[in-house]
Amino acid sequence: MWLFNSSVGKKVVMSVTGLALILFLTFHMTMNCVALFSAEGYEWICNFLGANWYAMVATIGLAILMVIHIVYAFWLTWTNRKARGAERYAVTARPKGVEFASRNMLVLGIIVFVGLFVHLFHFWSKMQLVELQGGEPAAGVELIRYTFSKWYNVLLYLIWFLALWFHLTHGFWSALQTIGFNNKKWYVRLKWISYIFVTLIMGGFATVLILFFCAEGLNWAIFPGLFQGLVG
Amino acid sequence: MDKNISFTLKVWRQRGPKEKGEFKSYYMEDIPGDTSFLEMLDILNEMLINRGEEPIVFDHDCREGICGMCSLYINGHPHGPATGATTCQIYMRRFHDGDIITVEPWRSAGFPVIRDLMVDRRAFDKIMAAGGYVSVNTGGVPDANAIPIPKEKADEAMDAAACIGCGACVAACKNGSAMLFVSAKVSQLALLPQGKVEAKRRVKAMLAKMDELGFGACTNTRACEAECPKCVSISNIARLNRQFIGAKFKD
Repeated sequence: MWLFNSSVGKKVVMSVTGLALILFLTFHMTMNCVALFSAEGYEWICNFLGANWYAMVATIGLAILMVIHIVYAFWLTWTNRKARGAERYAVTARPKGVEFASRNMLVLGIIVFVGLFVHLFHFWSKMQLVELQGGEPAAGVELIRYTFSKWYNVLLYLIWFLALWFHLTHGFWSALQTIGFNNKKWYVRLKWISYIFVTLIMGGFATVLILFFCAEGLNWAIFPGLFQGLVG
Repeated sequence: MDKNISFTLKVWRQRGPKEKGEFKSYYMEDIPGDTSFLEMLDILNEMLINRGEEPIVFDHDCREGICGMCSLYINGHPHGPATGATTCQIYMRRFHDGDIITVEPWRSAGFPVIRDLMVDRRAFDKIMAAGGYVSVNTGGVPDANAIPIPKEKADEAMDAAACIGCGACVAACKNGSAMLFVSAKVSQLALLPQGKVEAKRRVKAMLAKMDELGFGACTNTRACEAECPKCVSISNIARLNRQFIGAKFKD
């Protein structure tokens, strides 16, 4: 099967799972933004994506995508390092046009993965997991308020977002290149789309985080009329 | 007139494929700036022979940047510091008095060292033999203008055909991937009507050969494109991916 035994096939698996995960992040970010405007609306989303069958199917699907993406990442890195050979260059220089992210996708991915566990511990373990065990899930907005009133959590999440930003700015255009959707004209466009789209996603996440920290951690009233979710 | 410069050359010496190599330093004195890099190595070899030492083995042939024979990883760059030029087109005026210039062979599992700076690049020939050609039945020569080809297509094919198969892409790639080479060789034929006929068989055969010979997979760092002496674009890699995926879906 070409998805297992050819280099391009393996890359296609990385590409498609990666794109699906970006799609998930897009939805996740959109739903987070709801928490800014309406606590009620956010609670509705939390209930909607609680421990019901469709949310469970989606969660398991997401976990499978992650696992495939990670397993293939290590598999490809291992074969690529083998292809590089045992002897390393004594002097190396980074050529013009080669970006930091593109050379460090595995390291960035590992940071993202570790951050994911912190995130699951903060939220998932107190919401969907509790509900699965038959308990009463924590209120979503309250949990956000509590978690992001702590400056160290905010810092940790911002570092996590930065790693994700680097990972995705390379990942997005690279995924499209791998499935063959690129040429000389589209290369420049794809790079721009990557930067703008990924900055929007990660910026959305960061905005929610920072505004909640300002409202809860620093007790600032930020446009209470607009951001009703922030008003506790 | 260019100034004369003196510098230290750190060269990889390795007696055979199985033996352990090491760097040896040589001091080069008063080398004119208009000496080419390979001429400079000739001067060094002359010196070594006169001293009764073994000369340095390195690949070279046409010395005008079209044969793809010269290699050398100079100061961290395949084909040295210039862009769009091969090692034989590099002149010593690019370096400074007192520099330490490190010269290494291509390092990749697909290109084992034969001796000193010479590596075995027959893997590329094997990839070409797997499908990098157009099968033609002999007969009368067809009229040149019988098959119309759009100018942009012809240009793209020509840009891909500029690949001289030197292996700088593999040397530059952190994954030791030959994707830029394979994609150029696939593109130069696939873009033209004569090559399209066998495009599916070709892309599958050449890529399978590349994987079989132990080259890595592409992670789109674009180091190959940046270091390619012929400025072959990674858009060829996108075309290779597209054609390979298309061919596999057709199966």
